[in-house]
Amino acid sequence: MGRVAIIGVGQSAFVRGYPGSIRELAFEAFREAMEDAKLEVKDIDASIVASAPEYDRQRSPAGVIAEYLGLIPQPTCYVETVCSSSTTGVIMAYSMIKAGLYDTVAVIGFQKMSEISSMEVQERMGRGADIQWESPFGTMMPAYYAMYARAYMAAHGLTLEDLAAVRVKAATYGQINDKAVYRKPVTMEDFANPESRLAGPVASPLRVGDCCANADGSSCIILASEERAKAVCEKPVWILGVGSASEAVNMTGRPDLAKGLRVAIEAASKAYKMAGVGPKDIDVAEVHDCFTIAEIMAYENLGFAKPGEGKELIRAKETYKEGSIPVNVDGGLLSKGHPIGATGGSQVRTIVLQLRGEAGPMQVKDPEIGLVHNIGGVGLYGNVIIMGR
Amino acid sequence: MGKEKVEDTRFSRFGVVSFTALTKVNDFVDYLEQGKLMGTRCKVCGKVFFPPRADCYSCLSSDMEWSEVKGKGKLLSFTKLSYAPVGFEGELPYTLGLWDFGDYKVFGWVSKEIPEEELEVGMEMVPRVVKLSDDRLLYEFVKA
Repeated sequence: MGRVAIIGVGQSAFVRGYPGSIRELAFEAFREAMEDAKLEVKDIDASIVASAPEYDRQRSPAGVIAEYLGLIPQPTCYVETVCSSSTTGVIMAYSMIKAGLYDTVAVIGFQKMSEISSMEVQERMGRGADIQWESPFGTMMPAYYAMYARAYMAAHGLTLEDLAAVRVKAATYGQINDKAVYRKPVTMEDFANPESRLAGPVASPLRVGDCCANADGSSCIILASEERAKAVCEKPVWILGVGSASEAVNMTGRPDLAKGLRVAIEAASKAYKMAGVGPKDIDVAEVHDCFTIAEIMAYENLGFAKPGEGKELIRAKETYKEGSIPVNVDGGLLSKGHPIGATGGSQVRTIVLQLRGEAGPMQVKDPEIGLVHNIGGVGLYGNVIIMGR
Repeated sequence: MGKEKVEDTRFSRFGVVSFTALTKVNDFVDYLEQGKLMGTRCKVCGKVFFPPRADCYSCLSSDMEWSEVKGKGKLLSFTKLSYAPVGFEGELPYTLGLWDFGDYKVFGWVSKEIPEEELEVGMEMVPRVVKLSDDRLLYEFVKA
């Protein structure tokens, strides 16, 4: 059975308020990916549309978006795993191509969060958890991740400074990513100064600066069979391994919080096995840093650091561009912004550009193997994708 | 296991805002009214669940009985919210926590009587039922 490659990637700028509708937003990423792949719409055999519902009013957005992109009468469908929706789409597209159903599939992720207020966004996100037993207490995403952070601080000596250091790193690269929503520098002093907005409390111990920003955005990843990829693409990036997992929605069903996210451990283990590589083989990674603590947990859950030692990587700056394992050198969700359904595709795009040597000022030196870690909800869903040149 | 009623919306009284009106474990709310926090136990395989379930995934039985959350829970983690989702603004600040009871865990509120500085991962706490305004019911934890 042949391999599957990524032959085109695209992403809209991630912005606070996109001046258009969801179909127009989706078009931005699609056009960039199509131009990147040098394809025409007739070359796309099927499409998968990914987002999290209830941020805009459109029900069943796949058909609407497929039509606007000119992708009819080809088949299309909608997939959803909240924040990991678009990597779920990529894994589904991979499977469809691998099964021999289609040669070329486009995965379009989008989210327009600015149609509702920030508090309404928190309510929607909170309802991505257990609405029967937890939401009645007033839960929201930052609160859940804050509980992981608290458990980490108690068990492993993780400090607020470690968390701040993750944000400082993200901002280092957000400044040089012209598609990021947050382009300003962030310093450790910003967190130490009680007057600073970034130091403001959200859900203890997490502060404003520990949380990613809501954003509007779209992403598009075009996958192809080995035969098609070799025929049309000069620099195909091959999917070497994929892994996915699910977890108890309620916190009461979770194992030890101080061990991070079980979905990430499970998904990574499957992806590494399938790719025949290990954590030490990864040259560049994109991890789901919706909150600073999430990046520290990802270091451990992906095997870049031993359990409890994730903090050492950020202290030693090993996850900076020049370090032993560069992570989120495009600014991550923290600086790039997190338009839920578009995020996974954006992470994949970053790794594809890195492996092609086309990441511009964010380029890591000569990477051969890259990894994407994309989490849905509070570790409810997890996808890991390993790619190579 | 719920009472046979045409319109049984008891569960809509659970919490500051309930997002579920009807569940097969609606009796949970009646127990809260009596000051009891209840989970369920599978009569076939003995597995204990909190939050309560009407069905056992372990043996696929729906033959369940109520089982009270008893004793002390060990605080596993907590977070004090300074920002809230729509519908919870009036409750700020409030603190969420997770407690370990050995066979199961419980997620809920930390009593507002306890300042955050006095909370510590590992401390022992006990649940109690709270009656909110508008005939609503919730449970929270206080020091053991």
